[in-house]
Amino acid sequence: MTPNPRPSFTHWLKSGNPWVWMTAGAVSLSLVMVFGLLLIIAINGLAHFWPARVAKVVQERADGTHETLLGEFVDAETVTAARVRDSGGRVPPDATVVKRLLLKVGNRDLGDSDFRWVPEPEITTPDYPAEAVVIERSEWGNFYGFITGLSEHGKALDGANVWAELAPRLQRGHDLREQIAHIEKREIGSVNYQLEQLRLRERVLGKAGDTAGQQALLAPRAVLEARFAALSDTLAGLNSEIKRDGLLVTTVTGVERTIPIEKIVRLYRPNQMRWREKIAHYCVKLGEFVSDEPREANTEGGVFPAIFGTVLMVMVMSVLVTPFGVIAAVYLREYAKPGPITSAIRIAVNNLAGVPSVVYGVFGFGFFVYFLGGNIDRLFFADKLPAPTFGTPGLLWSALTLALLTVPVVIVATEEGLARIPRAIREGSLALGATKAETLWRTVLPMATPAMMTGLILAVARAAGEVAPLMMVGVVKLAPSLPLDGDFPYLHLDRKFMHLGFHIFDVGFQSPNVEAARPLVYATALLLVVIIMSLNLAAIQIRNRLREKYNAADH
Amino acid sequence: MAYLTVTCATDAELTKNLPPVTDANLSDLAKAELSHRGWRMLKDRLFGLVTAIGGVTVILAILTIFFYLLYVVFPLLRGAALTTEWRSTAPLGAVRYLALNEYADVAFAVNDDGSYRFEPVKTGDALVSGNLVPRGERLTAAHGGQHAQATFALGFASGKVLLVRPSYVVNFTGNVRHTAPQLTYPAGVAPINAAPAGSVIKLVTAEASGEAITIIALTAANELYLTHLSRQPSLLEDDSTFEQHQVQIPLAEPLPAFLMMDVDQSELYVISATGHVTYYDIRNKEAPKLVQDLQVTAADTKITAAAFLSGGTSLLLGDNRGTVTQWIPVRDEQNNYRLTRIRRFTALSGSILAITPEYYRKGFAALDASGTLGLFHTTSEATLLIVPHLVNAPRALAYSAHADVLAMVDGTEHLTLRGVSNAHPEVSWRALWGKVWYEGRSQPEFIWQSSSASSDFEPKFSLTPLAFGTLKAAVYAMAFAIPVAILGALYTAYFMHARLRIYVKPSIEIMAALPTVILGFLAGLWLAPLIETHLIGVLGATLLLPLTFFTAALVWSRVPGLLRHRVPDGCEVLLLIPVVCVVLWLAMDLSQPLEQLWFGGNLPRWLTRELGLTYDQRNSLVVGIAMGFAVIPNIFSISEDAIFGVPRQLTTGSLALGATPWQTVTRVVLLTASPGIFSAIMIGLGRAVGETMIVLMSTGNTPIIDASIFTGFRALSANIAVEMPESEINSTHYRILFLAALVLFAVTFIFNTVAEVVRQRLRAKYGNL
Repeated sequence: MTPNPRPSFTHWLKSGNPWVWMTAGAVSLSLVMVFGLLLIIAINGLAHFWPARVAKVVQERADGTHETLLGEFVDAETVTAARVRDSGGRVPPDATVVKRLLLKVGNRDLGDSDFRWVPEPEITTPDYPAEAVVIERSEWGNFYGFITGLSEHGKALDGANVWAELAPRLQRGHDLREQIAHIEKREIGSVNYQLEQLRLRERVLGKAGDTAGQQALLAPRAVLEARFAALSDTLAGLNSEIKRDGLLVTTVTGVERTIPIEKIVRLYRPNQMRWREKIAHYCVKLGEFVSDEPREANTEGGVFPAIFGTVLMVMVMSVLVTPFGVIAAVYLREYAKPGPITSAIRIAVNNLAGVPSVVYGVFGFGFFVYFLGGNIDRLFFADKLPAPTFGTPGLLWSALTLALLTVPVVIVATEEGLARIPRAIREGSLALGATKAETLWRTVLPMATPAMMTGLILAVARAAGEVAPLMMVGVVKLAPSLPLDGDFPYLHLDRKFMHLGFHIFDVGFQSPNVEAARPLVYATALLLVVIIMSLNLAAIQIRNRLREKYNAADH
Repeated sequence: MAYLTVTCATDAELTKNLPPVTDANLSDLAKAELSHRGWRMLKDRLFGLVTAIGGVTVILAILTIFFYLLYVVFPLLRGAALTTEWRSTAPLGAVRYLALNEYADVAFAVNDDGSYRFEPVKTGDALVSGNLVPRGERLTAAHGGQHAQATFALGFASGKVLLVRPSYVVNFTGNVRHTAPQLTYPAGVAPINAAPAGSVIKLVTAEASGEAITIIALTAANELYLTHLSRQPSLLEDDSTFEQHQVQIPLAEPLPAFLMMDVDQSELYVISATGHVTYYDIRNKEAPKLVQDLQVTAADTKITAAAFLSGGTSLLLGDNRGTVTQWIPVRDEQNNYRLTRIRRFTALSGSILAITPEYYRKGFAALDASGTLGLFHTTSEATLLIVPHLVNAPRALAYSAHADVLAMVDGTEHLTLRGVSNAHPEVSWRALWGKVWYEGRSQPEFIWQSSSASSDFEPKFSLTPLAFGTLKAAVYAMAFAIPVAILGALYTAYFMHARLRIYVKPSIEIMAALPTVILGFLAGLWLAPLIETHLIGVLGATLLLPLTFFTAALVWSRVPGLLRHRVPDGCEVLLLIPVVCVVLWLAMDLSQPLEQLWFGGNLPRWLTRELGLTYDQRNSLVVGIAMGFAVIPNIFSISEDAIFGVPRQLTTGSLALGATPWQTVTRVVLLTASPGIFSAIMIGLGRAVGETMIVLMSTGNTPIIDASIFTGFRALSANIAVEMPESEINSTHYRILFLAALVLFAVTFIFNTVAEVVRQRLRAKYGNL
């Protein structure tokens, strides 16, 4: 930028070049932060599913005690020597910093915590025993140890080839568990739902004094109750059958345990696994993450209900927001008389996009849930009172609140799209004798569809990431049932639902075992980032293509 | 637009000017043509109408938000009022004490002679009456309790005391409620020796809880006795016995006029009419301790009424000049309690005759000699209502449990009940934004504490610490975001290579769409622990980075031209990315050795020990970085647009006149784009103020006022998100949270509107250029 190849320092300073570099530095810093953040989420989120090797180390503490530990290294950090000494760790006298390793030792049921920070100087070189096994359980988290045998009805099986016998037994346990889950969730749930409906109808009839009607309900009720009893019996049979098998295991310190097969979700020996197996394992775990229900207070298992809840809520919101947003935009751009009032309204609508989302949450909570919902209950669901139907946070109110929150986005995008349509096209249509409505409907609006799409996508992206308002109008940490199921009316807009963003907040901040929950939160965050980034990129793509199209039409 | 409207108008006129349609003057084809045309016109009109209705509805719906918030907040501003009125048909007698039951449908009155009556109010239930004085006793003193389960103490000439408590059995026949009043005797039906036998009791007060009863009695000989009865566990439930013991309390006051003991039976105040108060600590019933002896009024002022505020901590004293003062024991540094006056209410003018506290809230009603009624609330220091000359020669005053009915007995001995509408006395400008001296505190403070486990809790609704938290978050976030975003915008818009710009701009902008819950989660669970262990590195990097950029520029200017010219202008940013990475890595890597070397290995502890600074793990530095990150894209994007939009002829002119690019930027571009940059900052500020999840997740959410960067805070938005789902609908708390939302709404709306107006002006200006 300067003509002189080797300027003097003062000249260089005067040229302003260093300041230009300073501004360039700001951009570099922003870019490093942006991509660093995405990288952190991606690495932490994706690493969780990888079957890490199981290490066996001996920790020799400052007080001379020894302990053998078996587990996965999941994290490492350096800390100052003083901090390690404060917490009673052993530090070489001349060290200033010490590396600390986080070892996931699992076995939460055996007392101690399942994660251990161990200072590196205290441990021996890790050894990776080939027989070490990781057992994912449906309770108490992972088990790390060794398999010693099998048991049936509480008696150890002698001389059995453990690994050969294990696979069919695991499969059997898995099948039985599936059956139980199906009966518990689907069939009994459905019967219960129908019984509840009957009970309500009975109550209504009872209030009206219609005893004949009540009598008529007895027959279906008996059928349902018989069905319930039959299901309960089947369930009891399955439950006793699944309890047959047990796995005899021992921890690295020699504590013996029997793990019921029914509690085993997955079992593997990571130190023996080859790359192909590891990749397969990774894919299965990833699949489980997006398609399974959460376990253990949301710290294990999948996030399927949260994905489902997020998607369903966003879909209901889209159905609400698109027509109204488009109509408002068409009104503002095509019908409202241009003048100070219209531009004031336009500014107001624009600014509403900047109003904090928590304010919308407060409004939704007060107006939709209590005012509208309370009145709907009094008018239409009076027989269920005092148990609220719509007078409590739920899917519908969440979708409405977010629709209100995102309607400015749709309006602004649609208006922009309408403004971009070349005048020649409208004039052409009008000149051919079309009415204004026909011009709009047949020519202008179809051409503005990509703009509406952009608006809708941006609205969806914003809605999918919002959490603060939803905390007041409908999300819960664990919903007992999905808002969409096989019972009439299939879509239950009054139900509470789970949401990816709230899941992150809840598991990351309200969970009793943050260390265990952390990888899952990263994975959930990654999922949410991917969804939202793709939506935004799609919107940008559509917008860019749209611009090119109309730029071409203009010239 | 205007052109379009004209087109339509002509079109419409066209149909208007057509000759009237009759069968005679039209061919069939033309008829069909015309009817089709009419149908089309109708459709056109309908379409317009539907769109207009829909559009206006949506816009109204959006505006409803503001009005609904206002509608919920509005009742906070309403003062108190007296509503319904009911008057007894017959006189009740010379009433000395009055109490209402929970539903305010039975009034319990005790007369001077010890006779009592349960007077049914508005209901047809029967009157129950009798006399409390047992046979052979002569009533010489009486005292009514002040709290929900009022205990009445009657002192006799024999040195004995009888405790009586009204109680109500409620049953329903159909939907009609019936209240059956009855008397219970907390200490048994037989009077208790509260003073040596034969001494005449002049003043008495008593409190009874499930386990213990304390009676304070003053005899005619001016001897003060404390009698304590503790319930002894017995095998049979209703056959409980009391263990009784009595001590004499040395009396410093020659002429006591009031004996006041709090509901917890731990403090005793002996008050004379001349305003002399002796304060005893009676927590140890065997050895009551004199705590303080003080004069609470001026020489010529007389104390005429005394009462405890709900909860029994605050003592209310009314004097003959119409002033009511509130006193609480305040603990000083040496752990000594001193009775301290914290508030005065001077709205009444006559001598105060009666003070009645509310049962659950910190409000009270007072009547003066002229019959003027005043309703007050202590926390908000509010005089809610003054009704002059409401009662003629008042005798007694009582509040119902929910403070919705006031009962009064006037000179004609008739009972009057007035409904009270006083939903939100806790709120005043001062209570929300000013320093308030709360019970149990040693000075006026700003505190937000909306709920507590105990029922006689004084809610503390100061929005100041929350607003402070919001501002603190915004300030630290902006301190980080403004330099980075605006310098970055400057570079991207003016210096950056065009081909690079296409990729860089959206990369930074897309971060605005990143859900804040993710930023909050990373800030709370990743950044906060990292900063705690690498504080030197983080603080050092902020200094090191500009220095490095400077050095990098210097080094680059010394690089041989051959290499230098191979990198096109406007690509410095690519060279700097690895530099930033290296600097950040170095800062992190050196952080801990330096910490060990300089600060004994633990900087947070060093800060606390040497500088007295508290260090919270989730502090404002974390929030500053995380929220700065969230607002950088907003500020960056808008100011980049503004800078990029500066007309080219201005910059080329400046360059042609010999200015360096940097001079052009600072003297021409920045100046021209400054309104746009201002509006970018306003929008960023608006976002920072309303952001919820980041502040919720990366601060400790403690509502403190402390500007230090190493402590946390609680922001308005986070407070709403946390407390809203738990607040009781239409309670004061609920409405105050709505008020907080309204404040956020208004603040962000104003910021955004200012920004928008500035931006539109700017656009018009550029258009002219």
